[in-house]
Amino acid sequence: MNVLIVLIPVSLILGGLGLAAFLWMLRTDQYDDPEGQATRVLSDRYDHRPAEEQRRPPP
Amino acid sequence: MTGATFPAPLVCPACVLAPDARVEPSRAPADAPLRRFDLSLPAIHCAACIAGVERTLEATPGVAAARVNLGLRRVAVTAADAPGAEARLIAALAARGYDARPLDSAALEASRTDAAGRDLLARIGVAAFASMNVMLLSVAVWSGATDSARALFHWLSAAITLPAVAFSAWPFFRAAATSLRAGRLDMDVPISTAILIAVAVSVSETMLGGRQAFFEAAIMLTLFLLVGRYLAHRTRAAARSAAAELAALEVHMATRVRADGVHETVPIDALRAGDLVIVPPGCRIPVDGVVVIGRSELDASLLSGETMPEAVAPGAAVRAGMANLSGPLHIRAEALGADTLLHQVTRLIENAERSRTRYATLAERAARLYAPLVLALALVAFVVWGAGTDDWRLAANIAAAVLIITCPCGLGLAVPAVLTAASGRLYRAGVLLKDGAALEKLAEIDTVVFDKTGTLTTGRPVLVNVADLPPAAFAAAAALAQTSAHPLARAIAEAAAAAGIVASPVTDIAEHPGMGAAGRLGGQVVRLGRAGWVGAAAVLDRTAAWVAIGHADPVEFIFEDELRPDAAETIAAFRAANVSVTLLSGDVDGPVAAIAARLGIADWVARATPQTKVAHLETLRAQGRRVLMVGDGLNDAAALAAAHVSISPASAVDASRSAADLIVTGASLAPVAASWRIAVEARRRILQNIAFAFAYNLVTVPLAFAGLVTPLVAALAMSGSSLAVCVNALRLGQGR
Repeated sequence: MNVLIVLIPVSLILGGLGLAAFLWMLRTDQYDDPEGQATRVLSDRYDHRPAEEQRRPPP
Repeated sequence: MTGATFPAPLVCPACVLAPDARVEPSRAPADAPLRRFDLSLPAIHCAACIAGVERTLEATPGVAAARVNLGLRRVAVTAADAPGAEARLIAALAARGYDARPLDSAALEASRTDAAGRDLLARIGVAAFASMNVMLLSVAVWSGATDSARALFHWLSAAITLPAVAFSAWPFFRAAATSLRAGRLDMDVPISTAILIAVAVSVSETMLGGRQAFFEAAIMLTLFLLVGRYLAHRTRAAARSAAAELAALEVHMATRVRADGVHETVPIDALRAGDLVIVPPGCRIPVDGVVVIGRSELDASLLSGETMPEAVAPGAAVRAGMANLSGPLHIRAEALGADTLLHQVTRLIENAERSRTRYATLAERAARLYAPLVLALALVAFVVWGAGTDDWRLAANIAAAVLIITCPCGLGLAVPAVLTAASGRLYRAGVLLKDGAALEKLAEIDTVVFDKTGTLTTGRPVLVNVADLPPAAFAAAAALAQTSAHPLARAIAEAAAAAGIVASPVTDIAEHPGMGAAGRLGGQVVRLGRAGWVGAAAVLDRTAAWVAIGHADPVEFIFEDELRPDAAETIAAFRAANVSVTLLSGDVDGPVAAIAARLGIADWVARATPQTKVAHLETLRAQGRRVLMVGDGLNDAAALAAAHVSISPASAVDASRSAADLIVTGASLAPVAASWRIAVEARRRILQNIAFAFAYNLVTVPLAFAGLVTPLVAALAMSGSSLAVCVNALRLGQGR
């Protein structure tokens, strides 16, 4: 049962990483245009920073 | 383009091979203030369109950044705020073949950032994370963990669940507090009670070293109900943003003549009484006022439903919203604020909305019955078990089980899921649903009232007596009509082209605004225009133009409104289902009777003012009828608000669109009948789901009452019933 001491924190940390990634995606507008993001992969434009300040219009 | 070269980013070999793929850094002048422009791109659909639009815009001088949103068919451009900047962007896109229209950024602001939806998503994320982990620990308990291991799992579950519930279930707690303070018992009260009691009992069991805890039930309940909340929110937000886009497509600007004679373009809101405004042909009149210079004809069909254009000359009073057909007009703004027609209609709408009783949705009616019942059941279980066994700890456990089992997952998830599926299907059919209650109301209708101009018809005239026209007159009329933008002239030109009539060699064609057009044909004067001007006796009650060659007798050209595609089928569909159909128009008797006869509508009313339209609807309501009103004009707006439920086409005036519950995009009328069919089906699904929820409770509540519901059974029952109602709802989305 000692393995639990490792396994439980590992499962919590991995789940927590997933949650953190989800919250980060939410905060950086990555759910605004799922359809567009899916087709952008076909574009040959150099588009390495899709949603950052440089491209985001001022509010 | 500046011609400066920028080093290609070496990280991407494809970019080196294809130099075009490089994006140059922003080249906006540092000094010009940047502004956000939103453009609507109705035709874009693929990756090439995205790249094309963004590249075109970024190559336009002054543009700092452009980002296409494919889902919304929009592009946000950050560019230097110079006069005419927006027009230049649109011209640049048009040159590359992308159809773009300006959107009013201010009107979009409200729907752009969906803060509420984001908040719900974050809560769903936390609840999903917590329920996965708690479920893992619970499975360990159910598979036989004992003593210290069980205690450890329970403590861990408590550590995860408590903060997660506090954060994720907050919307329910807040809503429950609000409704309790208002003295109401709605769905949020039993939801909040179930979550809180489940958590409280579980914590106390954990501290006492008990065998079972309901942590996973509490957090799963929160998760499922949050998903239902989010679906409901999405449905509303999607329709709201689409409606906001429709409003934003109308840019409200007018051309004002300053005292020094300079023309300036100003927003309509900035106009004051006494301002001189220029209205070119083809534009709408922005304010109520009086004609100072110019003669023209005005189309008032959006205001009154009349299709016959009205001739105006200096001194004539004009209303905001009329379309100027033939000559430029200078108008002195007069009535503003409380005196305008628009304001009077707004007051009528307010009155109509006040007299319309608030509609209780099926879910609300079910909740009103259900919420007190659930709370009473849990209380009875607690008292009976407590008094019977004198084991109050067991009694609390059983009361918690009853609350969890009866918690209205079915209702909380079932109705939003049906509405989401239905509004998705409506959207594909070209209909925007503004709120879910409207769909339920639409399913109940037994009477449909149609407006004529702009609703059953497109508002565009077509020539109807082609067969009776002498070829010489038709050929002369075709020649005169070719040069004019007047709708009747366009109709003659189209009919002539369709009939293969070759226009006569008419020379010296001159347009006489407000009268018609004249020219010379072999030494004779030919005229096309109003009856009085051409020298004919006017026939009231129908839309007509006259042609005279020299001193010969004038020939009458008769026009009728073009029917919308599928108007006849739509009316037949309602008829077939025993829904009575009425035509309620502001136009004069002749055209209304003609359209009614063509569509087979026996019950029609002509010359209806906005007030009589509302009165007509109120009479129908007093008779116990549930009326669907379909209309587009300003004169329909109050009637739309007074009806049980209402639909307006996307071409309608702003006031009507915002008064209507559903908006039909596109030219066809077929979506009206289609949305009614979808509504009937959606209502049936909602009722099925509510019936299922009650049936499920009939089986599970006795079990919970008997103390047979363990946390494992509760988890299975809850997810099973949620899945069942969702699948039932999604079946609705499958249709065509």
